[in-house]
Amino acid sequence: MALDLDTRAQLIDTVRRFVEDVCIPLEETVSQTNSMPDDVVAQMKELGLFGISISEDYGGLGLTMEEEALVVFELGRTSPAFRSTFGTNVGIGSQALVMFGNEDQKTEWLPKIATGEVVTSFALTEPEAGSDAGSVRTKAVRDGNHYVLTGAKRYITNADKADLFTVMARTDPDTPGPKGLSAFIVERNSEGLSVGKPEKKMGQQGANVCDVNFDGVRVPITNRIGEEGEGFKVAMSVLDRGRFHISALSCGIAQRLIEEMVSYASERKQFGKPIIEHQLVTALIADSYAEAHAGRAMVMDGAQRFDRHEGVTLLAAATKMFCTEMVGRVADRAVQVHGGAGYIADCAVERFYRDVRILRLYEGTTQIQQMIVGRELHRKAKAGEPV
Amino acid sequence: MKVLVPVKRVIDYNVRPRVKADQTGVDLANVKMAMNPFCEIAVEEAVRMKEKGIVEEIILVSIGPQQAQETIRVGLAMGGDRGILVKTDDTVEPLAVAKILKAIVEAEGPGLVITGKQAIDDDANQTGQMLAALLDWPQGAFASAVEKDGDTLKVTREVDGGLQTVALQTPAVVTTDLRLNEPRFASLPNIMKAKKKPIEEKTPADYGVDTANRLSVVKVTEPPKREAGEKVEDVDALIAKLKAAGAI
Repeated sequence: MALDLDTRAQLIDTVRRFVEDVCIPLEETVSQTNSMPDDVVAQMKELGLFGISISEDYGGLGLTMEEEALVVFELGRTSPAFRSTFGTNVGIGSQALVMFGNEDQKTEWLPKIATGEVVTSFALTEPEAGSDAGSVRTKAVRDGNHYVLTGAKRYITNADKADLFTVMARTDPDTPGPKGLSAFIVERNSEGLSVGKPEKKMGQQGANVCDVNFDGVRVPITNRIGEEGEGFKVAMSVLDRGRFHISALSCGIAQRLIEEMVSYASERKQFGKPIIEHQLVTALIADSYAEAHAGRAMVMDGAQRFDRHEGVTLLAAATKMFCTEMVGRVADRAVQVHGGAGYIADCAVERFYRDVRILRLYEGTTQIQQMIVGRELHRKAKAGEPV
Repeated sequence: MKVLVPVKRVIDYNVRPRVKADQTGVDLANVKMAMNPFCEIAVEEAVRMKEKGIVEEIILVSIGPQQAQETIRVGLAMGGDRGILVKTDDTVEPLAVAKILKAIVEAEGPGLVITGKQAIDDDANQTGQMLAALLDWPQGAFASAVEKDGDTLKVTREVDGGLQTVALQTPAVVTTDLRLNEPRFASLPNIMKAKKKPIEEKTPADYGVDTANRLSVVKVTEPPKREAGEKVEDVDALIAKLKAAGAI
């Protein structure tokens, strides 16, 4: 249920204060130490951030997509590693259960996911299956009341901290491609499940990705989400929603970068005046502002349509494509406005420049979004629908 | 024990205030408002006392326009139990605030009133003390620590010379200083639940208080602009400059 405007304003205000008072002062430390302080995680749990997308019936906040987007705009104003800490519980880690889980599964897991007691992770990508998600090779072979999972997952966000994985695996070896896949909930402490060392990444230090290996992991059939063969549908539905979240995050970061640019360019003087008064510098900032605002408008429109249960596959892809590319351009300009200072490692824009690069890659690369947009438009044309 | 905590809606502490062109006050048009930070500390202290089992109920009061209700909601989200909005669009001076609070104290019977030591808008720093005087209750102003021991409250006060600890017999009035505690963030679930907590609406007339102003503001001006400084090469140059300026 949508919140009344006062409550919504207070909620967003609280998140903004958390970002400004707690997260922003710690950005550099989190980046340097490549870890998230326990007391920050505790505060995130206390605040309820792990449960924003889970319904109130299961102990979450049950925010609408629009409200979630407004919250994520705020969270974007600090290092994305902070958002990533609870991001999988809000998005890809929990949504398969939220959307396709049965009552027993939801009752068992969602309340713990909402409080952050259980951290979740989404295991789709494999060494040989990235953008072509339908080519997953991890096998799930039925054996009595269990499935036996064997295979390897790669670059799995928050795998090092996860207690619970949503895993896509092939239940039908005779059906290649998307139709042979099913989705499972797999507990971290299952025998045969192991998590690799965190990868060294370009950015977002403080949030980890790791390999997850399944070596004959026995998973009860009651842990299957949806029917056999529905795995791809589950994965794609989860990603559709996630695209608005990532888009909102991109807009939030763009906002921060614009604040950094305006602040620096107003102080920094060259040729006898603040560089913001030099037209070529101002143009970089103005372009960034207009693009960020366009992204924000796309997110709000798409999120509202999502909340009205309109089909949003096309819009979600177009929005993710635009917003993540947009923040890449804005980050590039932010470094440009800062000049040499923007290339130095203790400068926030240098860090954001690296942090935002992943946004164009995960939860569907820009090229995959372009393919989806093209495919959806083509489908509409063939069906005689207005494009 | 019940605790009464007055909360004031003021200009947000992050906002840079601007003086109105006619110098009658601070321009509040389209300015972000929030709970006075000292009031937040007061609410936090009350919530901590409730968590320790010393306090059963926290009543929040705000005197101001309809929007002051939002400020009460913030306090309810932090852990307050119910609110009283004394609605008025007039400026209410500290003495009138204290009189209204006195009437509420008499109606509600709290064992303790915790107020901020001052509000960051007019920095009057009077209401708590006036209230204690009107009620003839003991007061511990500028508290940096509060400890309950039976019917006695031990209040550590930040005074010019250092710290002074006083023992107050409850009922009493305590006003909070900056270092008393660090207010929590209201959790998002509690913000949503706060909507369901009751807020009673009253007017100053309900308490028989005349809020006509006794003070008149002559002029409000911005602090003088700081001029840019000057860098000197060494100590000798500094001394020469200071001498030239007649400072030494």
